[in-house]
Amino acid sequence: MYVDPEIIRLLAFLIGVIAFAALNAAYLVWLERKEAAHIQRRIGPKEVGPFGLLQPLVDGIKLMTKQLIVPAGVDPVLFKIAPILVMVPAIMSFVTIPFSETLVARNLDIGLLAIFAFASVNVLGLLLGAWGSRNKYAVISAARVVSQNVAYEIPMLVTVVTLVMISGTMNLSKIVALQQGGFWHWNILNLSASPLMPVAFLIFFVCMLAETNRAPFDMAEAESELVAGAFTEYSGMGFGVFFMGEYANIVIGASMATILFLGGWDCPFGLFPGVHWFLIKMYFLIFTVIWIRWTYPRTTFYGLLNLSWKILIPISFVNLILTSAMLKVF
Amino acid sequence: MIDYLREIISGTWSLFVGLGITIRYFFQPVVTVQYPYETLPMTPRFRGHIELVKDEETGETKCIVCGMCQKACPSNCITVNGEKREGVKGKVLTEYTLDFTKCSLCGLCVESCTPKAITFSKDYNLAGVRKEAYIFDLKKRLEAKN
Ligand code: SF4
Ligand code: SF4
Repeated sequence: MYVDPEIIRLLAFLIGVIAFAALNAAYLVWLERKEAAHIQRRIGPKEVGPFGLLQPLVDGIKLMTKQLIVPAGVDPVLFKIAPILVMVPAIMSFVTIPFSETLVARNLDIGLLAIFAFASVNVLGLLLGAWGSRNKYAVISAARVVSQNVAYEIPMLVTVVTLVMISGTMNLSKIVALQQGGFWHWNILNLSASPLMPVAFLIFFVCMLAETNRAPFDMAEAESELVAGAFTEYSGMGFGVFFMGEYANIVIGASMATILFLGGWDCPFGLFPGVHWFLIKMYFLIFTVIWIRWTYPRTTFYGLLNLSWKILIPISFVNLILTSAMLKVF
Repeated sequence: MIDYLREIISGTWSLFVGLGITIRYFFQPVVTVQYPYETLPMTPRFRGHIELVKDEETGETKCIVCGMCQKACPSNCITVNGEKREGVKGKVLTEYTLDFTKCSLCGLCVESCTPKAITFSKDYNLAGVRKEAYIFDLKKRLEAKN
């Protein structure tokens, strides 16, 4: 019997990515709790398993055994597909991410575009979930999520356009390949393309935090003010899937920052490139994301919009103009 | 324009300063007491519920059943009873009950006791699901300690 190797490849990819996303979601929660604890000089989870390593497992069991309440009056279809609309695009985005020279499921020429296209479905999922809940507070928070995401997508995309101009391609593997050979080749230090490159990295990172609804921009589920905001009505695993989607998005955001600015799988000293360098950079960024969460208080909504429209967008446009001028001149 | 840029730069810098502070704490050793496994000694002035003091010479209670504590207690949580016994001077304590659900830990009972027969215990692990768990028979507790 002949089986197309492409199908086997697809299956292997599917299983691999789902396992990766689920494990990441579970263990990022563990990492988050540990890191939070140590920043506050506590220990964090430690009871279940060594260093509390089995904690995500029991948390998962707990979430799954909880009753899934579908409140009367919700739109049953929207209510049920909303978590999937958050989770599936996050998993789909892994398709084009090159973890190393060879470890990539689909080497698309429009990989960058595909990731941003999938990323915007995430907002749709949150909005539909809140709308389907028929809950005023959820709808209001969803409106906040949408305006936040629109505000932060602009500087992010402008920064990415700058990078596409520098690299001349939207293929993620090629973007990484252009940055090979030590950290002075990475886009974050590509000062000959634009002296504002480190700032562009900061802008991208801040936008990534806002896009993934991470603190200090976690307006989507500001649990202290909005009682979990857009997903107020979700219980048990419905809520759990939203959460997994959020953590998968963090992984994707960190991967994008690694690919676009930090040279992907490149070793900082030009020695042994490989998937391990990619993972080190990615997890360092995730560590920073958590570190930021436990350092800054949540911003107000006006502060959040002001930051984007008054600071990030002008600076990213300045960077765009500067880069195009530099490209023209040199 | 200059103000705008200065604000951005000083603001960004202050954010990094904040990150620096938290990462320093991250690498410092933890300070929490892992409570059920570890405990700290209570301070000498800690006020738990009251407790009968053991007389080191006789091994019995120092209480002379004068009833002063019962009278002093503003919340009526103390019940003291005693009886006369053959060959013993004064009264002998038969019952000392404390209703801790009403006690405000004011300490008037401890102050009013001339022979210093009661004191505050260092007991703080007091969790229970029934009200009756807080009605202590202090005489039994003292005997259980011996
Ligand atoms: S501490 Fe105060 S309230 Fe409590 S038993 Fe003594 S006198 Fe009564
Ligand atoms: S005041 Fe002291 S001696 Fe008198 S009954 Fe109370 S505990 Fe006993």
